[in-house]
Formats: sequence, C-alpha cells, structure tokens
Amino acid sequence: MTGERPIGEDDLQAYVDGRLPLSRREAVRAYLDDHPALADQVGQEIEQREALRARLAFKAAEPIPSRLRVANLMAAQRRPPRGRPAAIAAAVAGLLVGGVLGAAGMAWLSTGPSRVAETSVSNNAIAAHRIYVSERLHPVEVPAEQEAHLVQWLSRRVGKPLTAPNLNAQGYRLIGGRLLPDSGEAAALFMYENAGGNRLTLYARSGGTDDQTSFRFESQADVSAFSWIDNGLSYVVTAKADRAQLLPIAEAIYRQFEATGDPAKGRL
Amino acid sequence: MDEIASLLEPQIPALRRYAWALLRDREAADDLVQDTLERAIGRWGQRRQEGDLRAWLFTIQRNLFLNGLRQRKARGTHVGEEALADVQAPGTSPESHAGLRDVLAGLDALPEEQRSLLLLVGVEDLSYEQAAKVLGIPLGTVMSRLSRARARLREFMETGRGSALRRVK
Repeated sequence: MTGERPIGEDDLQAYVDGRLPLSRREAVRAYLDDHPALADQVGQEIEQREALRARLAFKAAEPIPSRLRVANLMAAQRRPPRGRPAAIAAAVAGLLVGGVLGAAGMAWLSTGPSRVAETSVSNNAIAAHRIYVSERLHPVEVPAEQEAHLVQWLSRRVGKPLTAPNLNAQGYRLIGGRLLPDSGEAAALFMYENAGGNRLTLYARSGGTDDQTSFRFESQADVSAFSWIDNGLSYVVTAKADRAQLLPIAEAIYRQFEATGDPAKGRL
Repeated sequence: MDEIASLLEPQIPALRRYAWALLRDREAADDLVQDTLERAIGRWGQRRQEGDLRAWLFTIQRNLFLNGLRQRKARGTHVGEEALADVQAPGTSPESHAGLRDVLAGLDALPEEQRSLLLLVGVEDLSYEQAAKVLGIPLGTVMSRLSRARARLREFMETGRGSALRRVK
C-alpha cells in the first residue's frame, strides 16, 4: 500500500490534474480535509485549470485554415520529405571515398529526389559568382580587412550565425563579401582569391525547411559548384575548377561550419 | 503523404491552441504552426526513431517560438514595457470585482517556462513525462515548476499582481 508515503507537491499537482490513482487520490483528499487552507488553494487551482481550458477551447474547435493542410504544405515544398539524419555523415564518407577513387567514385552520391528549391539557390549562387568574380573594381562590398564587421553584418541580415571559413590551407584567402537578394531573402556572398588570381565564392542563405542534405554537385560551362544544407543554412561553393579540385574545398568549408556549429544542432 | 497527413492533421487543433495561447495573435500563431508542420514534414524520418509524435511536435513548436522571441529581443524589442502595458492594475476592470479576471492575463504574468508548462499539462493534456521531454527538464522539475506556476497564477488572480511580466507582439 502507498498510504504511508507522505503527501508531496507532486501528489497535489497530480490531484489538480486528476491524474492520481484512486488510492492515492483518497489519501490526498484525507490530507486536504485536515488542512483546510491548503484545500482552498487546491480548489482554486482546479478552478483556474478549468478556466484556462474553457478560455482556450474555442481555438481548437476552429476549422483548420487551408494553409495548414498537410497536403498543401507538402505541395508547396514541391518535393517529398526527406528526413535523413545520417545524410551529411554519409556524404562526408562518400567524399572521402571519392577523394581516393576519383570522380567515378562519386557517382553514387546522387542528387536524390527533385530539389527545386536547392536548384534555385545554387542557380542564384552561380549567377552571383559569375557577376562578381569578374568585377575588378568592386568585387566585394566589405573588404576582408573588416572581416569581423562583415561576418556580423551578414549573419544579422541572413538571420543565422555565419563565419567566413579559413581556406588558407587550400590556397585561398578571403577578400571580402557582400549582401545579395535571393527570392525576397537575404543571402551572403564571401569571396576568396588564390595566388593565381582565381576566385572562389561561398554563398549562404537561410535554408528553408530542411535541416541537412547531402552534397550536390553541379557544373555550368566552366564553373563548378557544390551545394548543401546544414543547420538551416543553404551553402553553395562555386569556382572555376573541376569537381576534383572543388571537392576538398567544399569539404573543408563543411568541416569548419561543423566545428563551429550551433551546439543545439540536431536537438530539435 | 497520406500517412503523414493522417498522423499530423489530428494534432493541428492542439498546436494552434498552444500557439495562440503563446502569441495571442491569430496570424502569428498560424505562422508558427505552419513553420512547425513544415519542419515536422522535413524531418519526418527523424521522428520515427523518437516515437512520441505529440511531444515531438510540441517540442518543435516551442523551440521555434523561443527562437522567434530571441530574434525579436536581438532586434531590440522592449518586451518588458509592453508586458507592463498589458497587465491590468487590480480593480480597473469591472470583471475583476465580480471575480472574473481573465485567466489569460494571469497566464501572461508568468514566465514562459511556467506558461508553457501550464498549457502543455493543463490544457493540452500532455503527460508529465511528455512535458519533461518538451521542456527538456527532469520529471521532478516538472512537478515543482507546475507547483510554482499554479501558486503564482492563483496569487495573480487574487491580487492582480504578478512578479514576472511578459507580452510579446
């Protein structure tokens, strides 16, 4: 029997919620009979619980707006849901294999179902790359000398914490960045340059509903791009390079964001 | 798709109610629910491992709500002042004389963690274990926080004063 256990605040709360087993309920009731002031408080709490339920009941009884219909939401996303928690891990593993086997080894890293939204982001990123890397006078809005300001500003406008990855090991140094519009949202463009004057851009914008996706490769004329989504951000790294050259750079960028990523990542 | 719809849609009325209780604005509340559903659809595969759909959805929704709050704070919204403006002084409303003070005003006088707990347990009928999961706290903390929240609400309903204030638009 549980009758010997002293009454606790957990018993009282479960009593208010009507969640006590019968025997315990009787024990609490007997206790309250001996403590009228407390019984009065408990009575009020039960009343207020009911009042809150009654006050909010109308909302759950309303017809659901059509914009919240799951079919409509899924149609708006224009692609099937892809919950693949291990996608990035698999992608990175694939990249490592790809590094050994060469481009042929990468073939299995396919693009999966249609990715309309991602395609539009990478198209915008490639277009921005083409326009700005050829710019000699004003390739960036804010130069690398003001990196802290640049990163803070772009993070605020994009709405997520960004960093400008360090690509020294890949032979590229940051020359600056700029803010761009992308389908009504803010996008950040970081630009890098190597000793040979070849320029590379990293494009980042808020990534929509997906949490993370695998790497996706795209080549348009002489320009190649890797894109992915991680931690709610869409990234596109673009350069005048072939897949094998761009791959280690994309991987380095991914790893740097992974290392500095949000500690709450993946916890939702 | 049909499977997702048949599992998600029955949860929508409760998600809308919780969102409205938090935001008290019809459009903003439905925006929050929409964000929640979109995220749930996008991460559907992750849900299966976690099992409890209801707790999972409320967790997503509350975290999105908190993220929104943080962003508003970062933009310099003065939460405190609006909160003050929204809490009526005792005796200024005729209903308070009749003992009919709106329980929502009392809810607003609680800090978010207590407000969410009262809503999840008292209105949405989540189990204490589910509420612990949504709020990311141990079960024992759920019970003591519930106790404090109800005491505070009771106090507010009696005196019209709450020690913590909030109202965010």
